[in-house]
Amino acid sequence: MMSENWRKIPEIVRDVRSGAVSAVENVERALAVAECCKNYNIFVSITKERALQRATEIDQKVKAGVAVGELAGVPYVLKDNFLDFGAKTTASAKMLEGFVAPLQATAVKKLEAAGAICIGKSNLDAFAHGGSTENSFFGVTKNSKDTRRVAGGSSGGSAVAVALGVAPFALGTDTGGSIRQPAAFNGVIGVKPTFGSVSRFGVVAMASSTDTIGCFATNAFDARLVMNVMSGKDSWDSTTIDNDFMRHTSRKLRIGVILDFMTDDVDREVLTIVEKYVKKLDKKGYDVKTIKMSTLKYALPVYYVVVPAEVASNLARYDGIRYGHRARVAKTLPEIYGHSRDEGFMPENKRRVLIGNFVLSSGFFDAYYLKAQKVRTLIIEEYRKAFAKFDVLLCPTTPTPAFKIGEKTDDPVKMYLEDVMTVPPSLAGLPAVSVPAGRTKSGLDVGVQLIGARGSDAVILTLAEQMEDYGEQ
Amino acid sequence: MSEITDSEMKHLAELSNLFLGDKEAKSLKRDLTRILAYIDELDEVDVTGVEPTYQVFDMETVWREDEEIDYGVSRVELLELAEQVKDNSVVVPKVL
Repeated sequence: MMSENWRKIPEIVRDVRSGAVSAVENVERALAVAECCKNYNIFVSITKERALQRATEIDQKVKAGVAVGELAGVPYVLKDNFLDFGAKTTASAKMLEGFVAPLQATAVKKLEAAGAICIGKSNLDAFAHGGSTENSFFGVTKNSKDTRRVAGGSSGGSAVAVALGVAPFALGTDTGGSIRQPAAFNGVIGVKPTFGSVSRFGVVAMASSTDTIGCFATNAFDARLVMNVMSGKDSWDSTTIDNDFMRHTSRKLRIGVILDFMTDDVDREVLTIVEKYVKKLDKKGYDVKTIKMSTLKYALPVYYVVVPAEVASNLARYDGIRYGHRARVAKTLPEIYGHSRDEGFMPENKRRVLIGNFVLSSGFFDAYYLKAQKVRTLIIEEYRKAFAKFDVLLCPTTPTPAFKIGEKTDDPVKMYLEDVMTVPPSLAGLPAVSVPAGRTKSGLDVGVQLIGARGSDAVILTLAEQMEDYGEQ
Repeated sequence: MSEITDSEMKHLAELSNLFLGDKEAKSLKRDLTRILAYIDELDEVDVTGVEPTYQVFDMETVWREDEEIDYGVSRVELLELAEQVKDNSVVVPKVL
């Protein structure tokens, strides 16, 4: 299934403002493509009624000569862990199957204020735990290039939506690669910003020390535009920082290729494609060198201590009482907790809660949790040293292209290893984007990851944009 | 180490408030053992004298003003989210 590509967002907005193409037409087009793509299982719900109503309002404003925002009439797809009006917010889990949000996420509010229109909520691994969108209570999302393969995850639905032309952009959340990895698997750009860039108010929490909100787009310019609208301080999320998306740099960028992730452990074709991208950078005149970063290989085991610990805390709120699934069989209060959580969580949710409680429990805390947080310090320190010499670090986004559905579901560690290259920047709170770098012989997408120092989100996106302009030369 | 015993598994399920079936507990126990074996790679790292990082940007505790914030959500709307409600309260089984 291929649809005609959306033009760049400023062009779409220009046409909405001039009346050449109405917001309603844009929404109808997005809904039509979504309908055609049904077999990919992108959506948990479609917010048709609200989308058309909002589009009509924008068109009426245009007709009346009232100013409309910088995303006026642009349809988008929202990962189903953002609280939003017009549909349930399920986080793709039975626990929240019937949850109707009484408020909207700050990111959603900002997009709405700029005139963007949500047309549907996309599928994810339940509670964003996973790297394939196979862990969803609502079924598996299929890869945009090969329906026998995974979409990647956890923001699989959003990535496939942009890849198939449902909408010009989509939102995701990225805790350890949940935007970058599906972006790489589907040939779109995926942005994970500096920690704190976008308010997490109204987004289902996973791991509070690494959760970030970002987007998918077909090009770096659009991605930056969307990030710029969403970013900035929010008094309802005390971890938020000032917006860095418009900070420019004109100096010649120094780029470091991380050798530790360019080894024989990486798929041959992925390596070749990434090496080609590096050559292009070199040819274009960037100062490209290599760097060894020996602590990064410990990032994944650190991640699978720290994140489950935070998951165990964040998922403790699901008690089956105030909201969410309540088990019918339960007769006593402990039974309500125990059965509701057993029925409401997917196996991967349970794994992470159990691991989290294990590493936090007395007797194991020092050996696991404290140790992991100390290794995390070493990783951050190594990045700090690297960014004294380089502006941008580069490696593949993933060690392989999209794998087959079911291929890694029997062994959680095999699945976790897919995150080996995306997890390190997450632990350090650094901005990182996955940009399409090419396709394998069988037509699967491969992404390259560009990592920046804290707050240099605009630098890596500008680099991505310059490389797009450079094209296939 | 890292071999999870049956009694540890039971204790963990209790800490996690999860009533697991026998079959699921067994398969999760196997998964946990595998995951912990992988995490044990951290044993080879020397962290003598290294401080832990709990949050990435050395933020200070941020206090908000001691004033009422209107989130635009009413009590009625919140109560609608609960499965069982009576007289403006959420109903749970008898505790005492």
